[in-house]
Amino acid sequence: MDSELIAVSIDGKEVKVSPGTTVLEAARAVGIHIPTLCHHDDLCSEALYSQTSSTPHQGEHSHQHEESAMLSTPSSCRLCLVEVEGLPKLHASCALPIHNAMTVRTTSTAIRHARRDILELMMSEHYGDCFACARNGTCELQKLCADYGVTSERFGRPHEPLFEKAEAGNIIVRDQNKCILCRRCVRMCALYQGVYALTTEGRGDHSRIATFMGREMQDAACINCGQCINRCPTGALSERDDTEAVWHAIEDPDKLVVIQTAPAPRAAIGEAFGCEPGTPLTFQMNTALKRIGFDKVFDTNFSADLTIMEEGSELISRLYKALVLKDNSAALPQFTSCSPGWIKFIEHFYPQYLPNLSSAKSPQQMMGAVLKTYFAEKNGWDPSKIVSVSLMPCTAKKFEAGRPEMDSSGYRDVDYAITTREMARMFKQAGVDVPKLDKTDFDSPFGTPTGSGVIFGATGGVMEAALRTVLEIVTGEKVESMFDHADIKPVRGFDGVRMAEVKIEKVGPVPEILSHLVADFEWLKGATLRVGLAHGTVNAIRVMKDIEEGGPLSKCHFIEFMACPGGCLGGGGQPIPTDQDIRAARAKALYSEDAAYVVRKSHENEDVLRIYREFFKEGPCSHKSHELLHTHYKERV
Amino acid sequence: MDPKTVRGFVGNKLSFSEVAPKDGIRMAAEMAPEDVVAIIGASGLRGRGGAGFPTGKKWEFARSQEGTPKYTICNADEGEPGTFKDRLILTDFPELVFAGMAIAGRAVGAEFGILYLRAEYGWLRDHLEAALERCRGANLLGKAILGNKEFNFDIAIRMGSGAYICGEETALLESLEGRRGDARNRIPFPVQAGYLGKPTTVNNVETLAWVPCVLVKGPSWFAAMGTRKAPGAWLFSVSGDCKRPGIYEYPFGTSLRQILSDVGAENAKAVQVGGASGTCVPPAQFDRTLSPGDLATGGSIIVFGPGQDMFAVAENFQHFFADESCGQCIPCRVGNQRLLEAIGRMRKDGLDTDGERNVRQLAQTMTVASKCGLGQMSARAFLAILNNFSGELPGRA
Amino acid sequence: MDAQQTLRTEVEQLVRVHGRGRTALMPILQDLNRAHSYISEDAMLAVSDALNVPRAEVYGVATFYSYFSVKPRGTYVIRVCRTISCAKQPDYHPAIAALFDELGIGFGETTSDGIFSLEQTNCAGMCDQGPSMMVNEDVYIHLTEASVRTILNECRHAALAAKKAQ
Repeated sequence: MDSELIAVSIDGKEVKVSPGTTVLEAARAVGIHIPTLCHHDDLCSEALYSQTSSTPHQGEHSHQHEESAMLSTPSSCRLCLVEVEGLPKLHASCALPIHNAMTVRTTSTAIRHARRDILELMMSEHYGDCFACARNGTCELQKLCADYGVTSERFGRPHEPLFEKAEAGNIIVRDQNKCILCRRCVRMCALYQGVYALTTEGRGDHSRIATFMGREMQDAACINCGQCINRCPTGALSERDDTEAVWHAIEDPDKLVVIQTAPAPRAAIGEAFGCEPGTPLTFQMNTALKRIGFDKVFDTNFSADLTIMEEGSELISRLYKALVLKDNSAALPQFTSCSPGWIKFIEHFYPQYLPNLSSAKSPQQMMGAVLKTYFAEKNGWDPSKIVSVSLMPCTAKKFEAGRPEMDSSGYRDVDYAITTREMARMFKQAGVDVPKLDKTDFDSPFGTPTGSGVIFGATGGVMEAALRTVLEIVTGEKVESMFDHADIKPVRGFDGVRMAEVKIEKVGPVPEILSHLVADFEWLKGATLRVGLAHGTVNAIRVMKDIEEGGPLSKCHFIEFMACPGGCLGGGGQPIPTDQDIRAARAKALYSEDAAYVVRKSHENEDVLRIYREFFKEGPCSHKSHELLHTHYKERV
Repeated sequence: MDPKTVRGFVGNKLSFSEVAPKDGIRMAAEMAPEDVVAIIGASGLRGRGGAGFPTGKKWEFARSQEGTPKYTICNADEGEPGTFKDRLILTDFPELVFAGMAIAGRAVGAEFGILYLRAEYGWLRDHLEAALERCRGANLLGKAILGNKEFNFDIAIRMGSGAYICGEETALLESLEGRRGDARNRIPFPVQAGYLGKPTTVNNVETLAWVPCVLVKGPSWFAAMGTRKAPGAWLFSVSGDCKRPGIYEYPFGTSLRQILSDVGAENAKAVQVGGASGTCVPPAQFDRTLSPGDLATGGSIIVFGPGQDMFAVAENFQHFFADESCGQCIPCRVGNQRLLEAIGRMRKDGLDTDGERNVRQLAQTMTVASKCGLGQMSARAFLAILNNFSGELPGRA
Repeated sequence: MDAQQTLRTEVEQLVRVHGRGRTALMPILQDLNRAHSYISEDAMLAVSDALNVPRAEVYGVATFYSYFSVKPRGTYVIRVCRTISCAKQPDYHPAIAALFDELGIGFGETTSDGIFSLEQTNCAGMCDQGPSMMVNEDVYIHLTEASVRTILNECRHAALAAKKAQ
């Protein structure tokens, strides 16, 4: 509907907006910044609708109802107060939709005083020093206190902690001494992730953010995705800090400390050093990692390619079992398994679908397993002396690295998983200004990745990489003959749930590397390969619901799930802030990096082919690869 | 238990006793819905919950909404300290309240009503259910009420579970929908998007009880009771240091002094008008009148006798607000805690100029910045006490 | 049937009365709270599954309202009104002293025999007839030291009789 624009005057500036636009949004459109600590661009209604148009939880309507209430901003911090001509009191601009012409003032003595008082009230129950806080420098409360000159303690300050900081054992670490109860975390967890691990407990002076029964995060039905951390305006939420342990390993002369870096951090770490979002610093970061003392820097893209080989072969093998052998144990659609938040999500909420999960480990774990076996053997290293670190955009990777079953080589696959934020901090502690450094290549033998690995960092990337490989292997044709430049655009984008299909017109011979799995591909001739994608686990719920109802997604053969909105580039371990524009910029960086690679398909990666020649000699999904590169899952309550 | 055993004292004759609920419903059944709205509008009846919004106007808004179904809700979450008139009305005149709801339903186009009863009045529930059954039996509720095929209306009673904030209409709606009683943003208004997102009128018990009276006796009868600016009469809950606490009906414009004399509290040192979120009136202002233009009130009067420590009163009220704040917004949740602590400190150590400036500024911010009426009103009593009784603080004699 | 199964059956029965939508959440929690004096973790899980409301949400609601408790309470929950009109009555402090004395517990506590829990409540709406208190759903007015002792004794007898009858 083409509704009439409404003229509003904000601080004397005229602006025309469509009806329903909030005063906060209208003000921003004319360059007037109104402070807020509970509003977040990801949580405003427009972003929510585009991300999660319909989001039933476990198949019922009641949640939609719940969301309709949650969709409106809580207007709880009360910092975005403005004056409206003709109305008494002050009004929260985030909750003030424009339906009639109005005259608004966003600054006045009354407004400034109220905002300063509110900040001081927040500080009156805020325990903890800024300098000892993980959010020092990125804290929104700290910034506003500086802006509004909050220097006094008119309403007091706690001189001892009001809450115990729950560190031990938790990956998502909560420090309620810094919580302002803005509820961004609660809304993010519910609306984007569909997890509902968090709620507000109690009332009045007893209200606080809590899990069911006030449990520790590690005991809650939480998937460790860290999206709550990335929305927290203060240091009330952070990830477990593993940097000390990594420093310790680096400084230990007996250890060979190797790091693998995932694609998403390289597209985002620049933000922590003042770069525009979407500035790739891949090779500068390699220099930085070497400078602070890592012995080897490997590219997780190598194991991403390895994952594609294993997961793609598993898919072909499942399809063969299901379609040709009519074996019911081959569960379809096959689900991707590289997002550890998604894994814990399905273990908690859809355990009946665990057989659909690919048994392939994630690239992080594959790299870890290969490092302490193949790499160690090849270089004559004692695996017990290797400390395997990963740089990930992800907090759930810490949980994945710590899963007890991830040690089939006899050693932990990955010893420490570090987030982009933690790594930025380590660089800063070492005085390394990453953007200013020269470029360094990755170390071999895992140094020649493909473009397919890089795009793992974006929603749709795993699927695109898998399709590039599976299509070429099955048809024997170049994927470029099907998709220009091998860009499989139908699976790209940011829609919450997407589907695509490719008809297999002709088939080729089975390559040697897969000959142990199938004899020919004739059975796939004329078939249509259907794939699905979802990012943000609330969209995974939509997919699961559709599958349960026998909808189009139930007819898919392969579905990619990413726990975080936007995929890994929007991961819970990425620099703060993250919002839709920033995710889009990071995605652009990854796709342009992919386009620049000469080799863009996993099965053409020379290092991958070598590891199958030298180490996993029986090929993908064989006994040895199962032992080291595959895993299993369990139901959780 | 039998509600009559705790009925309490009623100081004068109540208008409600003069009207048969059935007569009100019959009139509504025989009238066009818009005429019902017009009569209520013409009477000048205003909401008795405290905010004083014109009832006719609210119904008109609700009536003009397109969404369906519409809902009519009776707010019986009477929780304002010092207020108990709804308790008496629900004890003595439940059918009148149900009639008011049915008439409201007829007026705005709602066929379903909910009476939200506070948990503390759980002992009234059986009594109310029995009254509902009587109404249904007499075809004052149900299908084709009193023969009008277009007049269908029934009522369900839903309970609160102990939360003062649920008397705030948007929090009440949240509670009815199975959520924490967090106040909603005021736009959209409940008449636009209320219960389950549908157009909803929320009216106070007393407001609804007046509705059949206005219909039966006419808007001019109602208007003649009060002043020109504030037509009608009001039920007052009187408690505290007086000889005859109880319920009294007064027309608007009655002076506080008149009421104090009727209830036997001539020696009052202060009167809290409007409950904890109301204001505290010193003797010098006892000639003020109870009406929207002067002492606006939720119908509650708490008398404080000569021996009363006024800052102990303020502390009691502030504790109430700190506990009953929904906890959502900072000015109310944290502001009430800090103000409560400040009152505790000033009772012990007095209040210096800096301290006074701080608490006044805090009270101001709570008033202008809080999300809902609870926070906006929560510093009122304290400010009135500070303005009129600061001499009671240590070192201030 | 184990305890958890019994609860699930009970919740299913309540669902038949109140429905399966989110609007049934409060009535169901109210019935559970009344029947058991509190809402247990298992009860919340059963409600969460039956109504398809996330468990954390159920917990958030159950902890918001002062009549609900997520911790075990006595058969009789006593709520003494602490608001001004009651709290300034001359009989207020003697009545409370009698409660403490009879029960041997403070506010927020439950007697070791599991019969009584003692709480404070904000305005019970009995300002004209205070001091007042609620015992479960019933309200008592004009409290005095003596009347408090009588009320408690009646409850105690009723509780013992009920136990015997079992």
